[in-house]
Amino acid sequence: MIDRSPRGAGAYVLAFGPGLMLAVFFLVPFGIMLLVSVAEAVKGGAYNLAFDGSHYARFFTPFFGRVLGFSLFIALLTACICITVGFPFTYALTRLGHRAQVVWLVFILAVLSLSEVIIGFSWSILLSRTAGISNLLVWLGLMREPVAWFPGLAALLCGLTYLGLPYTVLILYPPLSRLDPELPEAARMLGASPLRSFFTVVVPAMRPAIVATVIMLFVFTLGAYLLPQVLGRPQHWTLSVLITDQAIFQSNLPFAAAMAIFLMGVSLALVLVTSRLNRRAMGSP
Amino acid sequence: MAELCLRDVGRRFGTVTAITDVTLDIPSGHLVCLLGPSGCGKTTLLRLIAGLDPPSEGRILLDGMDITRVPAHQRNFGMVFQSLALFPHLNVADNISYGLRVRGLASDVRRKRAETLLELVRLPGIADRHVAQLSGGQRQRVAIARALALEPKIFLLDEPMSALDAKLREAMQLELSQLQRRLGITTVVVTHDQREAMTMADTIVVIGANRVQQVGAPLDIYRRPRNSFVADFIGSINLLPAVLSGPGEASVGGIRLAVVEVGDGVGEGDRALISVRPEDVHLLSIEAQRDNTLPGTVSYVRDLGSQVETHVDCAGETIVSASAPRDRPVVAVGDAVRVELPVAACRALAP
Repeated sequence: MIDRSPRGAGAYVLAFGPGLMLAVFFLVPFGIMLLVSVAEAVKGGAYNLAFDGSHYARFFTPFFGRVLGFSLFIALLTACICITVGFPFTYALTRLGHRAQVVWLVFILAVLSLSEVIIGFSWSILLSRTAGISNLLVWLGLMREPVAWFPGLAALLCGLTYLGLPYTVLILYPPLSRLDPELPEAARMLGASPLRSFFTVVVPAMRPAIVATVIMLFVFTLGAYLLPQVLGRPQHWTLSVLITDQAIFQSNLPFAAAMAIFLMGVSLALVLVTSRLNRRAMGSP
Repeated sequence: MAELCLRDVGRRFGTVTAITDVTLDIPSGHLVCLLGPSGCGKTTLLRLIAGLDPPSEGRILLDGMDITRVPAHQRNFGMVFQSLALFPHLNVADNISYGLRVRGLASDVRRKRAETLLELVRLPGIADRHVAQLSGGQRQRVAIARALALEPKIFLLDEPMSALDAKLREAMQLELSQLQRRLGITTVVVTHDQREAMTMADTIVVIGANRVQQVGAPLDIYRRPRNSFVADFIGSINLLPAVLSGPGEASVGGIRLAVVEVGDGVGEGDRALISVRPEDVHLLSIEAQRDNTLPGTVSYVRDLGSQVETHVDCAGETIVSASAPRDRPVVAVGDAVRVELPVAACRALAP
């Protein structure tokens, strides 16, 4: 299924451009960050090049263990909520008429153009006691008095899900619209109800796409540093928030760089393990 | 064993009529081919029978019971889809026994049934293969086995051979019709290939322009097409523009030709098309004195090995005569000849 990579001399010339870009814009900055992460911090935000492993040593404390654990937990939970909501939605979307699909996709793309700051403050207002939707529920007679749902874990999850959902739909849309519509129909002819054919045929047939989307969302949410500060309490601050805090407010660039590399290493390891497990489960030769 | 009846069945999508006015009786154990060009509505009709699409009008009866509103998953009809629609995440045995699993049968029972079915379609020993590892012909057979796993009341196939190469297709047509006869299952096959329909069908339903054009046994449809659409679609045929000049008589460019039958909707004085199969057309020498002949010039000779086709230009209309190699007429391009259109083979059809 995988195309053989071309072997001619021309192919190497063609690969040179992207290779150069990758080196200049990714490998070099990453190298600088590695160097900084073992540098010696000096008061006033500067640092001296050195080989100092003390920043990495600071990870092995209960505090960092808790923050890392919470960061991975919230990222995974957000990815799962997004896929649970986004997958059936995208499947339904691909069954609509062409016009309706275009309208929905344009709307979802428009949501993407909203900045994280706007999304964060919009949710904080929506979930606040003074102007939030609880006032609407009181007016409707469903609640006795307005309450504050923010800041908190639920508010943070709302914000992160809102941020991740458009990406979920846009990643799942191409594979789902290529799905043979006769597959669920074949299941129905064999006695499966529409719901059962969705869960026993559509979802398993789309498993590689679902796993890929969950990984993408997981990594994406892991990098969110603004929403935890706007919508969460201090105990909901993720590693990304700490990195920002160290880099910008504490002016400790070496420690921030060490944390960034640590976070990257952990998420890379998780992604590799997941994709390896997925490949084995699919039984592809 | 089940008898299927359609009563005035039709389907519209918005303002577009996909198929209309279908009334059909399919006796138990028969194999019916829905034959027509692409876009004629034959696949829509099959989907209505399957229950995958609700009809806009009419009723569908199974053994006298109205099943028009019964959803697809409660009909117990087996279906082979055009794309075959094998489940990519399951192996061969699990594909075949999917329906049994939905019914809640134990795994050893499912496995046994899958192996029996694989023997039925002559593919023993591939139960554990992955679907992606199968050849086109094998996928075809697995799809057939899966559709038959629940011993369905009706067996439906949508262009089942379209993905196979020509040689394999002919072999599968024979095998499928033998299998169908052995199981005695009422079967509906959608196809655009008239050879496929002639090979397999007990009854052919010719569909054109979103309605049924003719229903009949294959040879009957071949010999006695009811209109020029059917005549043109089934096999090759000569269609000569003519005017009906009297009872059983037509005139082609002033020459009188007798016809054995006049089709529906054609009266005296009307324009008509005289239809005659190439194998019925004889070539005579230009001096021959016989009725029902037209003079012409040989314009092309095509030798196909098993058959020789002679194209004769008769006042602007090309008439094709087909003959076996041993009866090869001794003519060359440019020769003046007379073509005989035997009365018994000529029908005047509505244009």
